[in-house]
Amino acid sequence: MTRKRRRMVLVLAGLTALSAAVALVLYGLKETVTFFYSPSEVQAGAPPQGRAFRLGGLVEEGSVKKQGDGLTVEFSITDMAVSVPVTYRGILPDLFREGQGVITEGDLGTDGTFVAREVLAKHDETYMPREVADALKESGVWRDEEGSK
Amino acid sequence: MHRFANPGRFLRLSNVILPWIAVLAAGLIAVGLYLALFVSPADYQQGESVRIMYVHVPSAWMAMFIYTVIAAASASSLIWRHPLADLVAKASSPIGACFTFLALVTGSLWGKPMWGTWWVWDARLTSVLVLFFLYLGHMALMGAFDSATRGARAAAILALVGFVNVPIIKFSVEWWSTLHQPASVLRLDGPSIHPSMLWPLLAMGLGFKLYYLALMLVRVKSELIAARLNARAATAAQLS
Repeated sequence: MTRKRRRMVLVLAGLTALSAAVALVLYGLKETVTFFYSPSEVQAGAPPQGRAFRLGGLVEEGSVKKQGDGLTVEFSITDMAVSVPVTYRGILPDLFREGQGVITEGDLGTDGTFVAREVLAKHDETYMPREVADALKESGVWRDEEGSK
Repeated sequence: MHRFANPGRFLRLSNVILPWIAVLAAGLIAVGLYLALFVSPADYQQGESVRIMYVHVPSAWMAMFIYTVIAAASASSLIWRHPLADLVAKASSPIGACFTFLALVTGSLWGKPMWGTWWVWDARLTSVLVLFFLYLGHMALMGAFDSATRGARAAAILALVGFVNVPIIKFSVEWWSTLHQPASVLRLDGPSIHPSMLWPLLAMGLGFKLYYLALMLVRVKSELIAARLNARAATAAQLS
């Protein structure tokens, strides 16, 4: 084996071992790296008990109710299978509306209502002009946002 | 590639192509900016703030592309000891760091109006921040030794080790749930971005690539010329 060949094998072997190690670490961290939980995961008891976590999904159509004080909002977050009621007191992001993907951070109350301290809007990866979006909706080929899994 | 590893040949070739690349880069970025800011439509969801994308996305592409170039140059420096490979890696990392910084800053400015936050510790944002620190570490290691060769070797190993971060960045939005949305352009089922917005984005992307190439060639050239001057000064000192 020439010196160059030996160095090449060494570099390749090092990279392979390193990739395997990193893959294992990432696999082990899978739970921790997850930024938010879906309503189904919440129902299954996946989030840590008694600790704040993030809940993500779509704002259920027709679920948004503004309270009299103008700041408190009640809505449900759904993943089309399970929906969780949420209350939030504060300013909502511009993109917040029914059918929009959102991520909220807060605690799950004993009555099953999620009390959010922060609401972030999650937009999907589709970009298009407004006229195209309207035309798609009109012709009925619009698929609902699938921004949040 | 091996044919261009000869410094003299590299200098002659880069002198010929550099002006063309520079003019093309400036032209593409000018056209791309015009299309992005004046011609392309507002987004159906995000309105006018979607225009940040035309700087943010190409910067993020460059952040990963330049790191890949550095990793490839580092491998060829470690394995074949190409005289130019270390210079390419050394010339590239400050440019890559700048693009990464640009991607982080524009992303933050975009995140505030759209998501409602400047920063979150999700997998995509965090892995790009790690990339920024890898660039800084690479630059620091290059200059951390008295002998340039030893510095280059240490930096090359760091660059190769850090390369595992590049696929993590790319696939972070698919492997884990993140606030950042998945890829719009480089995806299996074709771009999910309307052609009227895709073309300005691609023009900017290509413009940024050529800009990097031009800048990198200038920096490698100046390193080579500096090395020649040093060698000449050393011989002159010996003779006197």
